[in-house]
Amino acid sequence: MKLEVLPAVTLASMIAARELTSREATEYFLSRIRRLDTNVGAFISVDEEAALRRADEVDARLVAGEFSNSPLAGVPIAIKDILCMTGSATTCASRMLEDFRPPYTATAVQKLLDAGMVPLGKTNLDEFAMGGSTESSALRRTCNPWDPERTPGGSSGGAAAALSAGLTPLAIGTDTGGSVRQPAAFCGTLGLKPTYGRVSRYGLIAFASSLDQVGPLAHHVQDLAACLNLIAGHDRLDSTSLDVPVPDYASELAQPLAGLRVGLIREQIDNDSIDAAIRDATLRCQQTLSGLGAELIDVHLPHTQYSVPTYYLIAPSEASGNLERYDGVHYGKRSYGDAGSPSPLEAMIARSRSEGFGPEVKRRIMLGTFALSAGYYDAYYKKALQVRRLIANDYQQAFTQVDVLLGPVTPTPAFKLGEKSGDPVQMYLEDLFTVGANLAGIPGLSVPAGCNAQGLPLAVQFQAPALAEAKLLNVAHQLQQAEFFKPALAPSFAH
Amino acid sequence: MKLTTDDVKKVAELAKLEFTAQELERFTDQLGRIVELVEQLGEVDTTGVEPMAHPLDVHTALRDDQLRTGLTHQAALANSPKHDGEFFLVPPVLTR
Repeated sequence: MKLEVLPAVTLASMIAARELTSREATEYFLSRIRRLDTNVGAFISVDEEAALRRADEVDARLVAGEFSNSPLAGVPIAIKDILCMTGSATTCASRMLEDFRPPYTATAVQKLLDAGMVPLGKTNLDEFAMGGSTESSALRRTCNPWDPERTPGGSSGGAAAALSAGLTPLAIGTDTGGSVRQPAAFCGTLGLKPTYGRVSRYGLIAFASSLDQVGPLAHHVQDLAACLNLIAGHDRLDSTSLDVPVPDYASELAQPLAGLRVGLIREQIDNDSIDAAIRDATLRCQQTLSGLGAELIDVHLPHTQYSVPTYYLIAPSEASGNLERYDGVHYGKRSYGDAGSPSPLEAMIARSRSEGFGPEVKRRIMLGTFALSAGYYDAYYKKALQVRRLIANDYQQAFTQVDVLLGPVTPTPAFKLGEKSGDPVQMYLEDLFTVGANLAGIPGLSVPAGCNAQGLPLAVQFQAPALAEAKLLNVAHQLQQAEFFKPALAPSFAH
Repeated sequence: MKLTTDDVKKVAELAKLEFTAQELERFTDQLGRIVELVEQLGEVDTTGVEPMAHPLDVHTALRDDQLRTGLTHQAALANSPKHDGEFFLVPPVLTR
């Protein structure tokens, strides 16, 4: 049986009914990884022994009657290598943390473990999640399973590539400016960025603390719902995690869409940078929604064009502070400076950072340090925080008229490896439609929308008010039911 | 503003990063173009707009002060590039 095309919740039911063991499911995906990942490069590390040991443990506990309330017990999952997990290295795809073995496990990962899930391994990413193509990874090159010459997107490129090559039934990523939604769009999968604070950030190695959020990627909407139910909720180890009840996301999927008010973001759908096939995909989506009884309303987010400049001041500013901790003292890479320097300690710190970080991380540290430095703080950082408020106000205004917003995820389908990696500004402009949700702290969902003429995946994005993930999942599920999209592996991995 | 290599050198010192002359030139050019991009914000009238540092209406989250076990000494030292079992070891802060 081809397990890679089944919903993760179906795998879990089969495991619960003992038609399949967790060990068999885990062996199945490990064998695909062994066979196929050399062509993809999705994983940084795979610990087969640990995964099988874990699967055996879950099987034994299932027989003993445990996990009866867990919708995903026994199911394998891939974890982005920026979430700490004891027992293996957590590298952030950086030379700096190549040998870092975290002494604790991220809360989101711990909750998956507590629910009986089986981590297969850690997936590749842009170094410290800084990038949109996974090309800034210092450890691996990941290609897009739909076209090996193209990028899987980033920064959760390994997660999306693993899913679309059928190497895992579910994946966990993180999204600071689109890092779950954009790779999901490039690889033809679903990808959810929850509301800021919906999922604990404890054990997520920090990039930009007011923007980072953990989110799942999957082929089926029920799987996203089940996974979000497991990881969402307050955590005493993250004081910014929201202390509000978690709804049963799965139970809201079947709601009919009649009367749903969908806002069409004119500044995005009519944007000059957007590819014709992506515009057509949003039009087709409008027609399907309209057929399902939704009401389509034009809305405006007038500060859309300023979201990239705002983001590229705030995210690097926060990053420059968060990455100060890499000093070669407590953990991470250490390199010694030149003999005879006046302060051997200072020289060691500078050399460790210069050899440990790659160019994109250095660029962002430099940009953030500049924006926060004396004389520039008000003109750059404070100004960006003010525009952030205006961007959030635009969303608030739009949500007085509509329940969800529809727009594109990216201006174009997956671009070629190397196409933008030499030009940071071109790479940053790719984030035009995704960074707004992070700046405002609201949830966003990337939904597959078929393929263009070259067979590359297309996608649309839905955004909703804070904590309205259930509405996003409901809309996506209804679109899946209406066959607006069909869960699909990349064709060369579908046999 | 137009960034010069001297500006970039000063920022590199603050950020504790070292660059070769060639890297410095490339970074000056790239950062200059990024600064040009972000300077578009100058067009936006933000008079009287409250800066938004955080997406949540932040309040100080308080919890009971309970004693819990944290990392052991050994676990905290385990990833250190150099330690003596009790302390992190670093090169001298100053030389004579």
